[in-house]
Amino acid sequence: MANPSLEAINLSKAYGSFTALSNLNLKIEGAKCVGFLGPNGAGKTTTLKIFTDLIRPSSGQALINGFNVHTHKKAALASVGTVIETPEIYPSLTPREALGMVAELRGVASSERKKRIEEVAVEVGMTDWVDKRTGKFSKGMKQRICIASALLSDPKIVILDEPTTGLDPRGMSEVRDIVKSLKKKDRLIFMSSHILSEVEDVCDEVAMIDHGKLLVYDTLQNVTARFAGGEGENVVEVALSRPLPSGVLDGQIAKLPGVLSAQRLDDRRIRIHSEGGLEAQERILSSLVGLGIGVVSFQPASSALEESYLNLIKDTL
Amino acid sequence: MIEMSDPKPSAHGIPSSLAQVMITMRYTFLDYLRSRRFTILMAIMLLISVLLTAVVSYYRPASFVSSGVLSFYSGWWGMSTTLVVVLSGIFFGGDAISGEFQNKTGYFTVPNPVRRSSIYVGKWLSAFAASSIVLLIFTAITVANEGLYYPLSIPWQFAESVLFAWFYLVAVLGFTFFFSSLFKSTSYSILVTAILFLFAFTLIETLVADLAQVEPWFILSYGSEIIGNVLQTPYPQHVTTQQGLFGAGRAAAARTFTAYNVTIPEGLAIIGIYFVITAALGLLLFERKEFN
Repeated sequence: MANPSLEAINLSKAYGSFTALSNLNLKIEGAKCVGFLGPNGAGKTTTLKIFTDLIRPSSGQALINGFNVHTHKKAALASVGTVIETPEIYPSLTPREALGMVAELRGVASSERKKRIEEVAVEVGMTDWVDKRTGKFSKGMKQRICIASALLSDPKIVILDEPTTGLDPRGMSEVRDIVKSLKKKDRLIFMSSHILSEVEDVCDEVAMIDHGKLLVYDTLQNVTARFAGGEGENVVEVALSRPLPSGVLDGQIAKLPGVLSAQRLDDRRIRIHSEGGLEAQERILSSLVGLGIGVVSFQPASSALEESYLNLIKDTL
Repeated sequence: MIEMSDPKPSAHGIPSSLAQVMITMRYTFLDYLRSRRFTILMAIMLLISVLLTAVVSYYRPASFVSSGVLSFYSGWWGMSTTLVVVLSGIFFGGDAISGEFQNKTGYFTVPNPVRRSSIYVGKWLSAFAASSIVLLIFTAITVANEGLYYPLSIPWQFAESVLFAWFYLVAVLGFTFFFSSLFKSTSYSILVTAILFLFAFTLIETLVADLAQVEPWFILSYGSEIIGNVLQTPYPQHVTTQQGLFGAGRAAAARTFTAYNVTIPEGLAIIGIYFVITAALGLLLFERKEFN
């Protein structure tokens, strides 16, 4: 089979006078995980809904593996698993039945159906609940079943809209592991999320969107290299084991070589804005330790992706 | 629309649209059967049956127990079947499609390689099947009660009436599915269909027929009167009478008053046309409606 692909061609969506999506052009091809980022109302979910036939574009085309989702839906979605928002399941059905319905609709062979349902139930940690009716399930439990339904037919493409929404920390971690395992199986994963650490953790590429327009689409490395902070500037947070003596911050720390500014966050935490690369940071850390102020941690105040995101989104306001 | 000419699995391994209709039907039917609404509807139908059984056995009205089998069926079946059909339509069709939007079950089914029309038709068939169970039990109770007063028999007029009731059920479900597609709110769709079937149609029919003296051929409930009419011998015709109008202390001119009775072909046509139009419109709406 050819490389799995998703392509938006001049994709636009308007609701009356409000433009949710404006001439989006984006082509994602091959086995990889692409994070889809943007603020609330940026057009992320609109894009994903167009790709899954939940809404229609006002103009343009959404192609999956070369098939237009709206004119050749069955062909386009044949090898796609999706979770958009938090779907509800028919309340009187058990997960086994609901997954059975999806498996049948997707043409999973009857000889494999039972085995596949049990496999995905294990994968999302719902084996104990697979024969209980879904009507009383929590949001997180339903989300797990929906993720299971997306994986049922072992799809080549997986579209996820904020997949960890509603999940507890363990559930979030499990979903990340599922996404990582899908990557190993050479799948194309297109995933929107507000959790930047999650995207940094699992995605190879990022597409950022705001006001319905694509701001950037590139590898994670290239995006952070281009848009994170100022040229060669860093912000680190330093945690101390004891309160910082008065006068040390302005008298000594702020005057260390490479430090642009230093700020007290509370008695035991300071933020340092510095210039230079890793070597400069190493020198600053060494100097701080030398001051004997009880440094117990020294870490970036925000991730490179977060800085890139804030810089890009801020620029469009 | 469903690819009726596509019975084989597609090249992508996805079942044909017709097969997907049956898959959707099977699972949503299971959901209906286990639902509280099915239990409630069954309870209402049984309550109607118990009340009728008690009243007829206690008061033994002549029209039921001593005027012939057809008269019994006319009184029992003709009086309450349309209510059972309408309640089935409201219970199973009222939120069948709007629920896909408001309850978000559509987010589970629609983003699959399945046409929306397959989901719509599958759900319609499951609502029809669930309603049919209720109607079937009501039919059995009716026949059993007839056996208490007459030698057990099913006259051809009753068989016809049962068929008409099922045909009416088809139209009622088509109509409720249409309103269910029109709204995204389950409360609105259920409320509107309930008001239309339980009050508005009857009111409009009365106004149009009795006051305006126009045959209400455009009202579904008028078409459904064939269910009761076929149990009467002879089949009722339009009845025209002269009625005097009286003013303040003086006789005025008499006027002609017609009581309309729908004929069987007219009734079938009204029911059939309602179904075709509302089913097509409902399907079209569901195809175009957006999940946002």
